[in-house]
Amino acid sequence: MTNPRQNTQQEMSAEIQAIASGYRDSVAAGGAVLTQPSLDYAPYRSSILRHPTKNLHHADPETIELFSPAFGHQDVSPLEADLTIVHHGEPQGERIKVAGKVLDGDGRPVAGQLVEIWQANAAGRYIHKRDQHPAPIDPNFTGVGRCITGSDGSYAFTTIKPGAYPWKNHLNAWRPAHIHFSLFGNEFTQRIITQMYFPGDQLFPLDPIYQSIVDQDARDRLVATYNHDLTSPEWSLGYNWDIVLTGSKRTWTENEALGEDGEHHE
Amino acid sequence: MSKLTPAPGQTVGPFFGYALPFAKDNELATPGSAGSIRLHGTVADGAGDPIPDAILEIWQPAADGTIVAETGSLVRDGYTFTGWGRASTGATGRYTFTTVNPGATRRGVAPFIAVVVFARGLTNRLFTRAYLPDDDDALAADPLLASLPGDRRSTLIATREPDGGLRWDVRLQGDGETVFLDFDGGALAGGRDVSGERA
Ligand SMILES: [Fe+2]
Repeated sequence: MTNPRQNTQQEMSAEIQAIASGYRDSVAAGGAVLTQPSLDYAPYRSSILRHPTKNLHHADPETIELFSPAFGHQDVSPLEADLTIVHHGEPQGERIKVAGKVLDGDGRPVAGQLVEIWQANAAGRYIHKRDQHPAPIDPNFTGVGRCITGSDGSYAFTTIKPGAYPWKNHLNAWRPAHIHFSLFGNEFTQRIITQMYFPGDQLFPLDPIYQSIVDQDARDRLVATYNHDLTSPEWSLGYNWDIVLTGSKRTWTENEALGEDGEHHE
Repeated sequence: MSKLTPAPGQTVGPFFGYALPFAKDNELATPGSAGSIRLHGTVADGAGDPIPDAILEIWQPAADGTIVAETGSLVRDGYTFTGWGRASTGATGRYTFTTVNPGATRRGVAPFIAVVVFARGLTNRLFTRAYLPDDDDALAADPLLASLPGDRRSTLIATREPDGGLRWDVRLQGDGETVFLDFDGGALAGGRDVSGERA
């Protein structure tokens, strides 16, 4: 970066707070509620040269954009939904189940679609050559999973709770624990990559990536809920996270609307 | 039906490289097979520097204009055209796909490849299009291209190379900034009012 010195967390938090209070004032004055992250969010330093300066251009989705690529059981084995069975031994950490539904903006289940996740291990370390954080690699944990949603849009992963990890955005910057989620909808326009967080994380107010979503209600949509019904006795703790994609732009056939046509579009 | 508010996106971050790529992810067609072409280019930032940690996905019709619904993109059999692929940029910010020229989905419409861009430092995914450069009449009639000023319009049209391949660069910011698309409007578009974009 061009900064002669790294900002402290205190300086970073002041930047985050200034933007947050400006946004609250704007909403109070009748301004738009922003439900997506700001592309131009300077506290996340890497975004400074990587955000478009021109407004996104409104387009009506056409033909190919109104459909989505198809994924199925040739693509993904059911075993890929369990991140704890990839190696010979059990990974270190707190075993968890993360389960929920993928829905479109009209509340319809997104059936037969691909969900991909990746995450750090319990110590906050990724199996990635660029992760130099001096925390232990777990030989029994890779941290990559996939599944295909059920006819009701449901997905479920068994994994371990990821640790927080440091990064170099500013001095003493730490990411709240999170799982990266990549999701496909029924239409290409619904494609999204996001991150799921855990309730009550003390790092939320300090993190420029989480705070790039300036609206509190919108940020809350990325936080899973602890759910004891998803917890298994003497085995794992359960978290629920339902994911809503953008609304459908295609005119649906009756069969599609009933969710009977999860993997095909014609 | 009730309208639900969609979840916000987040950056793909720096560590997707061991998770999202897969074998032949960028081979919608087998290199060297009949009708296969290379689609390639550079992803650059606001300083014009290449972005080594971006990832692009493309989704397109088959050569005859059909929108396919074939599974098997993640475990390719080398024969089935699935229409979808994924390519990471390398150290030089370059991406490469092997694919086929998409056909027109209806007579007279301009064929294009739908593209979504993710990168470290990019807080949300960006949608765009790479149009084939070959049919001037179809390009002139395209509603999206017609709504753009000339210098911006050109960012969405690929260049045909002597070997039949396509060159198409992505510029996230600055000179020649690629046109990125909003399909939802207003508050869903990353915090900007998009209504006045034509000005
Ligand atoms: Fe991460």
